[in-house]
Amino acid sequence: MNYFPDEVIEHVFDFVTSHKDRNSISLVCKSWFKIERYSRQNVFIGNCYSISPERLLRRFPCFKSLTLKGKPHFADFNLVPHGWGGFVQPWIEALARSRVGLEELRLKRMVVTDEGLELLSRSFVNFKSLVLVSCEGFSTDGLASIASNCRHLRDLDLQENEIDDHRGQWLSCFPETYTSLVTLNFACLEGETNLVALERLVARSPNLRSLKLNRAVPLDALARLMACAPQIVDLGVGSYEDEQDSESCLKLQAAIRKYTSLRSLSGFLEAAPHCLSAFHPVCHNLTSLNLSYAAEIHGSHLIKLIEHCKKLQRLWILDSIGDKGLEVVASTCKELQELRVFPTDLHGGGNTAVTEDGLVAISAGCPKLHSILYFCQQMTNAALITVARNCPNFIRFRLCILEPHKPDHVTSQPLDEGFGAIVQACKNLKRLSVSGLLTDQVFLYIGMFATQLEMLSIAFAGDTDKGMLYVLNGCKKMRKLEIRDSPFGDAALLADVNKYETMRSLWMSSCEVTLGGCKRLARKAPWLNVEIINENDNNRMEENGYEGRQKVDKLYLYRTVVGTRVDAPPFVWIL
Amino acid sequence: MDEFVNLKATELRLGLPGTDNVCEERERVSCNKRTLQGVTENETESSMMKTGTCPPRKAQIVGWPPVRSSRKNIIQTKKNESDSEGGRGVYVKVSMDGAPYLRKIDLSCYKGYKELLKALEIMFNFSVGEYFEREGYKGSDFVPTYEDKDGDWMLIGDVPWEMFVCTCKRLRIMRGSEAKGVGCGV
Repeated sequence: MNYFPDEVIEHVFDFVTSHKDRNSISLVCKSWFKIERYSRQNVFIGNCYSISPERLLRRFPCFKSLTLKGKPHFADFNLVPHGWGGFVQPWIEALARSRVGLEELRLKRMVVTDEGLELLSRSFVNFKSLVLVSCEGFSTDGLASIASNCRHLRDLDLQENEIDDHRGQWLSCFPETYTSLVTLNFACLEGETNLVALERLVARSPNLRSLKLNRAVPLDALARLMACAPQIVDLGVGSYEDEQDSESCLKLQAAIRKYTSLRSLSGFLEAAPHCLSAFHPVCHNLTSLNLSYAAEIHGSHLIKLIEHCKKLQRLWILDSIGDKGLEVVASTCKELQELRVFPTDLHGGGNTAVTEDGLVAISAGCPKLHSILYFCQQMTNAALITVARNCPNFIRFRLCILEPHKPDHVTSQPLDEGFGAIVQACKNLKRLSVSGLLTDQVFLYIGMFATQLEMLSIAFAGDTDKGMLYVLNGCKKMRKLEIRDSPFGDAALLADVNKYETMRSLWMSSCEVTLGGCKRLARKAPWLNVEIINENDNNRMEENGYEGRQKVDKLYLYRTVVGTRVDAPPFVWIL
Repeated sequence: MDEFVNLKATELRLGLPGTDNVCEERERVSCNKRTLQGVTENETESSMMKTGTCPPRKAQIVGWPPVRSSRKNIIQTKKNESDSEGGRGVYVKVSMDGAPYLRKIDLSCYKGYKELLKALEIMFNFSVGEYFEREGYKGSDFVPTYEDKDGDWMLIGDVPWEMFVCTCKRLRIMRGSEAKGVGCGV
């Protein structure tokens, strides 16, 4: 390869898009490192504190797309206090000062501000795509800046963010001459929407492929929108509250008949139970269906809809579908690859909506299933063993039994054997979440068999430090380990400090690690940021010699090449 | 000591013989560890509250189950609408200007503003006056307000009850001169 001119090598590299592969390429030799550096288009930074914007720009001066992730995963469940960090502002400022021709910015769990969005919108002439997932800190004013200033915007995709809705006119900020919209997702906005501006925007966007509305878009508006955009591939319905034979309903049904391109359906944030029947004509083409926010729709209506969805590959649903409903899914959706079943009863002990039977039925009926997230009230080892036998192709297996420490409900045994069967059978397993009553044994299995495992979530599990040690010693590809309410302490934490250099991060909350242990770790590993998150004023972390006994409530550590971050709030102590 | 052991063996229990012991052993063992860390004061609050008859509920664990707030809110709203008893746990802090400590109440225990305000009046021993759509609360030094999702302080009573339960993050009973700006038509 070294006898080819650089341009040829670069051309070959253009075909390599996965960032993991590009990272590998850059390690081959200095020449390849240099060529790869200048030609990398998409940069992925899994932890915004592992590197600084300045170093990013020094290494990759020519990138077009940046993906940044901020807070740890458990922030989704309110375990990370407000103000912890993940601010995108310094990144936007640094990029704005540089000459990078940024076209795409994808942020996950970061704090974004209106000022940041304004700066972003003014700094990059060719900016095309903004994707914000689980972010917070901004309002519709920031969206107005993006709409006003980004002439070439194609994607504005807001997924599950906390946005301060000023009920302003951000939609009308898109200029009348602006026609390049491809993706518009504002389902997470809580306030009123300027329907006139929305309709005009959609009408002048011939390239619009994905439209996801918020709950403030009523049925008649939906009917009109659909009528002027029959090319849509991905639709998120906002509100659907009308009576079955209302005029709007009829208009909608007429519009749906033209929807031959529709492949993905979601939303139904406010929905009358009967509304799904209007969509039956398009079901046979659907590959993705997300009804996980449609709490008002009864299981029977869900089942009637799914019976028509023979090509479904991805299904997100509430457990109101029941085991019977999952049996229908299993017999209908033979192409199913990903299933998520969310709970409707958060506290357990209520109606047993889905059980181990539903999971077994799915595993038996859907040969292509590789990703599952399943919330349920009960589980058995026998069921898990059957699932493992039926589906050895799992890449992601996340099981959440709602009641902590709940054993196999038939035998009262821990669920070690069941999860053990899963990790043993599923040789490509990359992500695993365990729950229910579990001893150290399950971690022995995980360490032994889950060789490809990259992310593991543990809650209320294990007996001793050995459990965590099995995982740290066994799972060579571990990147993210998050643990809560489990009896792992300093011995496990400190056993192999160098392990953490091979991982992105470790989270431990309500475990047995002590302040003394964390301090020792920080001393041994200066290339780690060891953060103690301590919201409770009474629990002041003091240097009084009792550190060995002082338990740390929340520990978050991650490798970094830029040392201690400077934006940590007072309740975060970086050792 | 032996007597205790024997008593245990003869204890009446629901369930199959021979299985419960193992389960209980494990539960006891794991409960010794810091399992229910971060349990909110919900259990004790429920029993302390004299107003609002909430049925006893399981203790809530912070951040469990691992479901995003946006999903939890959907479920809780629907439950509130369809449940007649309430008691599904929309707990918010209540502060009163001048009071030494805060309280917590479960909004889903109440069917509307009347019940809520009555409960607050009893809890903090004050009276709230009469609500008028334009002028706000008249006839009292106290004004009941709440912080909504946007972080703004709003007067209680303006929006429909269901919307209030969804968007209310905490309550504050303002008094005196501070209250004047929030629609207190005294």
